[in-house]
Amino acid sequence: MNLTLHVWRQKSRDTNGSFATYQASGISPDASFLEMLDVVNEELIAKGEEPIHFEHDCREGICGSCGMMINGTAHGPMGGTATCQLHMRHFNDGDEVWVEPWRARAFPVIKDLIVDRSPLDKIIQAGGFISVNTGSAVEANTLPIPKPVQERAMDAAECIQCGACVAQCPNGAAQLFTAAKISHLGLLPQGQPERYERVLKMVEVMEEHFGSCTLFRECEAVCPKEISTEFITRMNKDYLTAQVKR
Amino acid sequence: MNWFGNFYRSALGKKAVMAVTGVILFGWIFLHMVGNLKLYLGPVHLNEYAHFLRAMGSPAVPESFALWVSRIVLLVCVVLHIHAATVLTIMNREARPVGYRDRDYPSATYAARTMRWGGVIIALFVVYHLLHLTTGTVHPSFIKDDVYHNVVTGFRVWWVAAVYIIANLALGLHLYHGLWSMFASLGVTNARVSKWKRAFATTFAVVITAANVSFPLAVLSGLVR
Repeated sequence: MNLTLHVWRQKSRDTNGSFATYQASGISPDASFLEMLDVVNEELIAKGEEPIHFEHDCREGICGSCGMMINGTAHGPMGGTATCQLHMRHFNDGDEVWVEPWRARAFPVIKDLIVDRSPLDKIIQAGGFISVNTGSAVEANTLPIPKPVQERAMDAAECIQCGACVAQCPNGAAQLFTAAKISHLGLLPQGQPERYERVLKMVEVMEEHFGSCTLFRECEAVCPKEISTEFITRMNKDYLTAQVKR
Repeated sequence: MNWFGNFYRSALGKKAVMAVTGVILFGWIFLHMVGNLKLYLGPVHLNEYAHFLRAMGSPAVPESFALWVSRIVLLVCVVLHIHAATVLTIMNREARPVGYRDRDYPSATYAARTMRWGGVIIALFVVYHLLHLTTGTVHPSFIKDDVYHNVVTGFRVWWVAAVYIIANLALGLHLYHGLWSMFASLGVTNARVSKWKRAFATTFAVVITAANVSFPLAVLSGLVR
């Protein structure tokens, strides 16, 4: 299949970018979106041009490295998938495709489609951990956790920190990310001692970098792990409880 | 107070304040709509009701005291609601300075996306509404204490009726998103409550809008004269 790509090209953090148009020809419908970009890049390299820079690692939808706005939707039109797992069969021959980097004040463009997502790490550093001495793993059955609780914690823990929630949110908010990280620890017994301190600290850092939630639920619609906005409600509950407690 | 200031400084705190003030304003809007239904019972009932609102609480408290207490509560709610919304809007605009070329909204409802402008329309309407039917400043034939007369002659002007209808449609959309999203802002995770929140928001948004829009329509069509 043949496509016309309009890709955001930007040399560095401090330069202005613009769209450049490329023809992607002879693309297999079974290729992933990143593989399609690889084909375009090989042609660019052969012509002696600068290839399109984008972040990627596992290409299995679990590392959270890749991610771009495809026709105005984070990770493209399919839903429940990262860009690497989006296949070209979801496009039509002759389609025009607009590819942009994540846009948020907290995510400055480093080059082309690569953005700096380190503010998400700052939220984790503020409290997205459990303070215990490391050592050999405890026997799993010493700490019984009901199956439904395990499942819910796992639903939240699926977050791969790709930043699609921030990119899609018109407010550039990182609520879904922060809520998922707070919840997967806060739901489990190991996370209880620091539960309320954690939510206060993580929310504080989140609000330094990101916008606030207006419940558009855009994040949930594009999240490659389909993390529910119910976790945002849960985060609000823990935050309000923590505020009352302190 | 120090605690509240600290709490209110956070965006999550502001959202909680918006939810609480929003619920109070919603409760008042609902009662206002129910009271206004007396328009359909005729001038005696509506004017008696208006008189009751002023006399409420007397003789235990002076006349109009309860009315002014509720007005002050409402004013505080409106100020907090608008202040929080304004600060959060600025914060959100700053957090997303650059938009996308071709933005797609896979999930956001029209009501959610129009909260800000809808809120502005409602606020402007409230000012007009007070000048029109409370103080009578912009009413061409205002008679103090004759609420029925003021409503009927007011709505006979087609563009006044149109202003009321448009503002109440905006209110309906605002309530549709606000009454639903307040549960999230307040952290209501209870599954039994969550199951009903969409139905709750839809029902009250529709009932309040339908009743409020019916008043100018009833006057325009000659049903209420």
